[in-house]
Amino acid sequence: MAGLYVENISLGYEGNTVAKDISFRVSLGDYLCVIGGNGAGKSTLIKAVLGLHKPLAGVIRLGDGLRRGDFGYLPQQRDMQRDFPASACEVVLSGCINRCGLRPFYNRKEQTLARGSMEKLGIVGLSKCCYRELSGGQQQRVLLARALCAAKKILVLDEPVAGLDPAAARDMYEITADLNRGGLTVVMVSHDTATALNYASHILKMEKDAPCFFGAGGEYRARSGERKPRSEGADSV
Amino acid sequence: MSVWEYLQFSFVQNALIVGVLVALCAALIGVPLVLKRYSFIGDGLSHIAFGGMAVAAVINLTNNLYLIMPLTVAAAVSLLTAGQNAKIKGDAAIALISVAALAFGYFLLNTFSVTPNISADVCTSLFGSTSILTLKQSDIFLCIGMSVLVIAVYLVFYNKIFAVTFDAEFMKAAGVKSKAYEILVAAVIGIVVSLSMRLVGSLLTSALVIFPALSAMRVFKNFKAVVLCSAAVSVACALCGILISIVWGTPVGATIVLTEVVIFGLFCVSGLKFKRR
Repeated sequence: MAGLYVENISLGYEGNTVAKDISFRVSLGDYLCVIGGNGAGKSTLIKAVLGLHKPLAGVIRLGDGLRRGDFGYLPQQRDMQRDFPASACEVVLSGCINRCGLRPFYNRKEQTLARGSMEKLGIVGLSKCCYRELSGGQQQRVLLARALCAAKKILVLDEPVAGLDPAAARDMYEITADLNRGGLTVVMVSHDTATALNYASHILKMEKDAPCFFGAGGEYRARSGERKPRSEGADSV
Repeated sequence: MSVWEYLQFSFVQNALIVGVLVALCAALIGVPLVLKRYSFIGDGLSHIAFGGMAVAAVINLTNNLYLIMPLTVAAAVSLLTAGQNAKIKGDAAIALISVAALAFGYFLLNTFSVTPNISADVCTSLFGSTSILTLKQSDIFLCIGMSVLVIAVYLVFYNKIFAVTFDAEFMKAAGVKSKAYEILVAAVIGIVVSLSMRLVGSLLTSALVIFPALSAMRVFKNFKAVVLCSAAVSVACALCGILISIVWGTPVGATIVLTEVVIFGLFCVSGLKFKRR
């Protein structure tokens, strides 16, 4: 029984198809990494999975008790957020938004949860700092802590290491792997195939104008190993 | 006459109560408005409200707020929520609608005017002039009622307003109906714009909404502090502006806005100082 079924979906904007015939499934506890070049439609796929973007065709179903309110999302950074007057603590706490329904304020339990996820990411010391004045890596951790507050069962990360230096990127991968070992389902978009293979249990490779590959990490390695002479360059980007 | 003596008059007291409440609402909603990059929409809405006021004047409505408010709320909701999918995008759509409403309003006032002094009418609705000092009893209750409603909505949905302002997409991804909250914020913006017209007139309304928020953002760096500070700035400026205009006979709206400009300047300077340290 899978938590997330995606069957033959096509994605695009205003009749322009970006990607088509994508099928995969994610079971609870899996770590799926979505890889592929620029313009392959990775982010659009993630948005479709989250219900932010309507696919042109195909179906996305949730099963195994997974509901819309169980998703925690780490979006790609946008410009708007960069000058927003908010303390790290306020941003993280806003991740509990799907837990409090119509209740106006966050209760003790949600505040503890926010605190806990900041501790997990080692950013308790930054809690009073202004979000916009943090470094890129710190901002990313704050947003990840927020996503953790929202993620009851599944964490969806869109290019979490984009713009980070190698050390911060490695930290980010380690943290995500830890969370996955702790039982959280992870779906991550990345264009760093080599690292993704080290951590992910499943791989979805999207290619422009070509059928996409979906399978276990080992399967992908075996397959890309066979055609190594031809595709080495493309795969190690 | 001293300020104290003026304060004995009931029309002055009414003006101060309404002024403070409206300024408070404007400041509260101004923070998400500025942060969502909607400052210009606030301006456009006030022009639409001017069009509504012209219609109300021509059909001789006793209380024009009954027409202006629903109109502005409808415009706010459609402008702020259609947003990304509209055929004519963002700033162009707003500019288009706001000048059209302005032209329509002046056309109506000029062609079908019921009073002999058109230019005074137009000037009053554009710059507010003394309307805050000549409020009728029903007006005052309506203004107070709507202001209290806006403040209550803001308090109850404070955390949702923060979340939808900071990142509506995240909110939606987490399974919360972010669209409903965006509509709520838009409706509140519409109400506030139509209320602030009473205080400063339609051309100066957006100043009332954006100045306190921008001033507070020069100095404070978290959302709660920015909201509290802009509320305080706005209330103080409204009080000062109204009192100055009563004592020295200056136009109310312009005086309040100029006070806010001065405060903004001061906050800019002190903001720079904070940064240098």
